[in-house]
Parts: sequence; C-alpha cells; structure tokens
Amino acid sequence: MSLTSQLVLYEEDHKKICRVADQLVRDANAKAVFLVDRNGQMVAEAGELVGIDTTSLASLVAGNIAATGGLAKIIGEEEFPIHFHQGARDNVHITMVAQRIILVVIFDERSSLGLVRLRVKKAGQRFAQLFEELFKKAEAQLEDDGARSPFAEITDDDIDNLFSD
Amino acid sequence: MAFINYSAREINCKLVYYGPGLCGKTTNLKHIYDKTTQSAKGKMISLATETERTLFFDFLPLALGEIRGFKTRFHLYTVPGQVFYDASRKLILKGVDGVVFVADSQEERFEANIESLENLKENLREQEYDIDKIPWVIQYNKRDLPTAVSLERLRESLNPDGVPDFEAAASTGKGVFETLKSLAKLVLNDLRRGQR
Repeated sequence: MSLTSQLVLYEEDHKKICRVADQLVRDANAKAVFLVDRNGQMVAEAGELVGIDTTSLASLVAGNIAATGGLAKIIGEEEFPIHFHQGARDNVHITMVAQRIILVVIFDERSSLGLVRLRVKKAGQRFAQLFEELFKKAEAQLEDDGARSPFAEITDDDIDNLFSD
Repeated sequence: MAFINYSAREINCKLVYYGPGLCGKTTNLKHIYDKTTQSAKGKMISLATETERTLFFDFLPLALGEIRGFKTRFHLYTVPGQVFYDASRKLILKGVDGVVFVADSQEERFEANIESLENLKENLREQEYDIDKIPWVIQYNKRDLPTAVSLERLRESLNPDGVPDFEAAASTGKGVFETLKSLAKLVLNDLRRGQR
C-alpha cells in the first residue's frame, strides 16, 4: 500500500489491534503503547494515557520518523528502523511496522530496554500481520465499491453546516 | 491522505500551508488558534528557531463538527518557508489532503512567490501528487501593506488556472478563515467524490 493511499480503519480491526497493544503493555511492563500512521494520525493506543496529548504525540512522532528517515537516506541507509530516546524518568522506544505504521512504547524504571525490545519484536510481527490484512481489505473495498464510503452521500448542506459559526 | 476511523467515528484530514519565507503561514495558524473555541482545538506546536522562524513545522489540530455521525478533524501544518529547508518541506507534504499556498503580496517578494509555487509543484510531483488533482487554494497575504502589488498581477503569475483565491492580512485575521473554509470544503468534496 503506498503512502498516498487512504487509511481506513474498521471497528473489528481496531479491536484486534488494541488487544495486541494491551498485551504488549502488560508483557513489556510498559506505561503506554501507541500506533501512529506515518502521516501523523493516531491509529490505536493502550496503557496509561492520562495527561498525554496523544494528537500532538502522533504528529511529533511522525515528524521524528520523517526527519530521521531523511537523515538515513543522506548517509546511504534505507531508514533507521529502531529509535530509542532515554529520559530522566520515561523512555521512548520507536519501531516501524508494516512500512507505514509507527509503534511507540513508553516505559519507565519498572521495565528495561532489553525487555521492551524483546516484547516489541514479538508484538511487531503480530501488528505487521494485522496491518497488512487491513491494508489489503481497504484496497479491495476501494476497488470494489468506493461509493460505499460514508462520505459518498454527504450534501453541500452537510459541509456548509460545519462552517455555520 | 485522509484517515477514516470507523471505530472512533472520525475522519482526519491533513492540510498544509505552503509559501515563501515570512509570507505569514505561521501567522495564519496563530490566528486560527486564537479565534477558535477551546473545545474545537488541540495544542498548537511550533518547531521554530530562537528567532521564531519555522524550523520544521507548526501543527494545529482542529475539530470542526460532525458530518453524518463522523467527527471531522483537520490537522493543519505549515512548512518552513526558507529556501534551504526543502528536505523538511518534502517530508511535511507526505499524506497531504489539501494545500493553502500563501503568497506574499509585496513587490520585493514577487519572484519568491513564483519560486515557492514551482517548488510546491515539484515536491508534490516527487510524491506522485498532481497539483491539478489535489484540492488547493491561494491566499494573497499582506494586502494591507503599501508595497502590495495589484491583485491582477498576482493572479496572472500565480493563478492562471483560477483555483479559489483570497485576499488576506493574516496579522489582523482578514481572510484567514475564508481561506481555511474554502480548502476544507474542497477536501470534503473530494472525499465525497471518492478517493483519488
């Protein structure tokens, strides 16, 4: 699936993704797990989310991956598949899944980098499988019947109403 | 590209403000942020230098309301306008759903506008977008300055195809929301017609 394709997430797929994310939070003893589209959209989240501005987080993580990806190409690398940011209290572990999804794990002293890496590797395979299925499904549905989109039937009035201030 | 989330009943679109350095892209976002109710906006992020020049991007999430039970969210980004930040501009255009080209109306920035618009087209092409197919609008900013050139001259150079265009003075807010609304409508209409 190319980066210019639309991402469509159905409820049943979202649930499956969230289940794997919840499991990863427990297995890795992490604080939180996020799955972010490469374009900066939050796809799924799990764990302790209180006080985290998830919209900003998604945008900045995507910006970070984009910037380091550009840097990788300059030095002749395809990309840097693993990123680790160490903080005084919390740490961030970032990996790519299925080419266009960014898996973010936030953890503190209750876990360790080794454990997170180990668990991310296993969960990453499961996420990759789920997202590949999801991308294929979205593409098939687009080719099959793009008009079934909930937006196929919106009217000018619907759009105008959004702006009636 | 737009992200349709059936689980959260949300549609997310990415709009990018493009244009030459100091044309007022960040000022547009600041005005939108200042004039939008708290419940409709998220935090505005500016990755800028110490002198407040955009280094990577500005980001402002907006929630406009619901269409057919789906929350419509727009993620507004600006690019760094200075010529040497081209690598960053390319990155920010990834996944774009619509573009506002902010032109600087001042005589001395006339060539910079043309150069920046060409740069936009080239960077879109590199990512397999065709400017004739994506929703985009032009904003002629700084109309309030005495050095502003005539609207006709700007249109002739920047808008030969007649995309929607607006006069603005982003520092006072004039034309800012008209520009945004126009682009948001084009993007939603594009979604209605089906995916590109």
